[in-house]
Amino acid sequence: MYLQMVGLNKHFETKNGPLVVLKDIDMNIKQGEFICAVGASGSGKSTLLRQIAGLDAPTAGEVRIDGQTVTGPGPDRGMVFQHYTLYPWMSVQKNTEFGLKLQGVPKKIRREQANYYLNVVGLTPFAKALPKQLSGGMKQRVAIARALASEPKVLLMDEPFGSLDVHTKEAMHEFMLELWQRTQITVFMITHDVEEAVFLANRIYALGSRPGTVRKEMAIDLPNRSTAVKRHSRFHDYRDELMDLMRQHGREALAV
Amino acid sequence: MKQEDPGSIRSHLQSKTLRPTVFWRVAEDIPPRLRTVFNVTSIALPLFLWWLATTFGQFDPKFLPSPAQVLTAFGQLLQSGALLKDTVASVWRVGVGFLGATLLSIPIGVYGCSFASIRALLEPLFGFIRYMPAPAFIPLLILYLGIEEEPKILLIVIGVFFFNVLMAMDTVKFVPKDLIESTFMLGGNRLATLLQVIFPYVLPGLIDACRINLAAAWQLVIVAELIAATEGLGRHISVAGRFLRTDEIFVYLIIIGVIGMTLDLSLQYLMRVSCRWADQKR
Ligand SMILES: Nc1ncnc2c1ncn2[C@@H]1O[C@H](COP(=O)(O)OP(=O)(O)O)[C@@H](O)[C@H]1O
Ligand SMILES: [Mg+2]
Repeated sequence: MYLQMVGLNKHFETKNGPLVVLKDIDMNIKQGEFICAVGASGSGKSTLLRQIAGLDAPTAGEVRIDGQTVTGPGPDRGMVFQHYTLYPWMSVQKNTEFGLKLQGVPKKIRREQANYYLNVVGLTPFAKALPKQLSGGMKQRVAIARALASEPKVLLMDEPFGSLDVHTKEAMHEFMLELWQRTQITVFMITHDVEEAVFLANRIYALGSRPGTVRKEMAIDLPNRSTAVKRHSRFHDYRDELMDLMRQHGREALAV
Repeated sequence: MKQEDPGSIRSHLQSKTLRPTVFWRVAEDIPPRLRTVFNVTSIALPLFLWWLATTFGQFDPKFLPSPAQVLTAFGQLLQSGALLKDTVASVWRVGVGFLGATLLSIPIGVYGCSFASIRALLEPLFGFIRYMPAPAFIPLLILYLGIEEEPKILLIVIGVFFFNVLMAMDTVKFVPKDLIESTFMLGGNRLATLLQVIFPYVLPGLIDACRINLAAAWQLVIVAELIAATEGLGRHISVAGRFLRTDEIFVYLIIIGVIGMTLDLSLQYLMRVSCRWADQKR
């Protein structure tokens, strides 16, 4: 599996003329990578992810998966949104199965598959609960299980932990790494949180704002992935470099 | 910097701490026992005042009958079978008209509104017709359909249909876009999204819309019967008025209220049972 963005451009028509949100984005992502795209608010991160998801069509350029151009949304790309998108009337179990149901998987098989992924995200005891009975972190874990149940080629995540408190967020980071190692899934995640990106990703794309472009590509090489690594000097180097880059972008954006 | 006089603004502030209260609570529930007491008072107090007025006031019973007189009239109407016949006639009209209008309006409202194209086609026309009061159609309906059952039922259909479509459309507008897009990402096509995501999501809103429009249907049937009918609750009120049977008017008014409230409560119950997930309280 590989995911490519080739000369991706996205403009929006506004009252004051076209707004260039993405400009000449080129990315290459290989099977099994954990990629984070980091950028400030309004740098076009969500827009970029929507092009990959096929929820929106690029103005120019294209997104390819295994060489095939993306033309619309589909279950070969699992998506986890920033806001909670569980179906409030379905139990956790039904939510997890729902993608398989939509794709015509027989009941028995989809139940087994859902149970497997509910176990992976550690929510088997909550299978019968309704989403409103879950905490924010649990909701996002269900959303991840739901996306994974269709065994997608890539898991797309739009600031999935943005609305969680610091401790839940940290727990979710460790959970994500464990999940990634266990399922060997390719992850493309966007975030504005630099530490989150450095901790999770094996490669980072730093995006500049207005228009959104790739300012820097950075491979992350850290000895071991656990919370302790956050005290490692190399972790700080990566973080500081990205922070400086984003600070600089912020100033430029203000100066305009 | 206002360093010199830190107390200046404070001397103008009429600071008051919010005092605790039971009766004047805002956005908070009162104790359940107290609520029951208030609920009972809500019905019992007007009844009591009515009784008081007719017992100690010098009212002509043709003007204001006493509760006992109304009860007697109720017994007579029940025994003669008139009450039952009229109730069945009115409930039947409302039932047929409302059900017909609902079955038409919900698919059109929900599925029509999900597609921006159909919405653009329907919304201006329906928004325009909505402002024509249904009773204003009565002369036309009589002209076209005579004075049998059809015009009365059609009146209810007209009165309910347009409102229901527009209210259904409004509920659909509030389905989160993320929820629909997640469904597409999970492999859902448009039809599956409509039937399995949009419809369940708007169901509580639809039941609410039905509750409101059922009240409208109930009013319309009475209006229709006041004008032309041989039986029905509204018809009986207008006849009783002509013969100055104020006690019977009271009986029928109370019955109309009771039936309306029963219908409303059953829809509320339906909502609680079928849409537990939408319950605000945990
Ligand atoms: N549908 C749209 N129409 C017009 N402008 C849009 C649209 N979607 C996003 N934008 C604009 O694109 C810019 C980037 O938005 P977004 O991708 O949501 O940024 P991010 O996710 O990085 O915060 C913002 O300035 C936003 O106003
Ligand atoms: Mg965003």
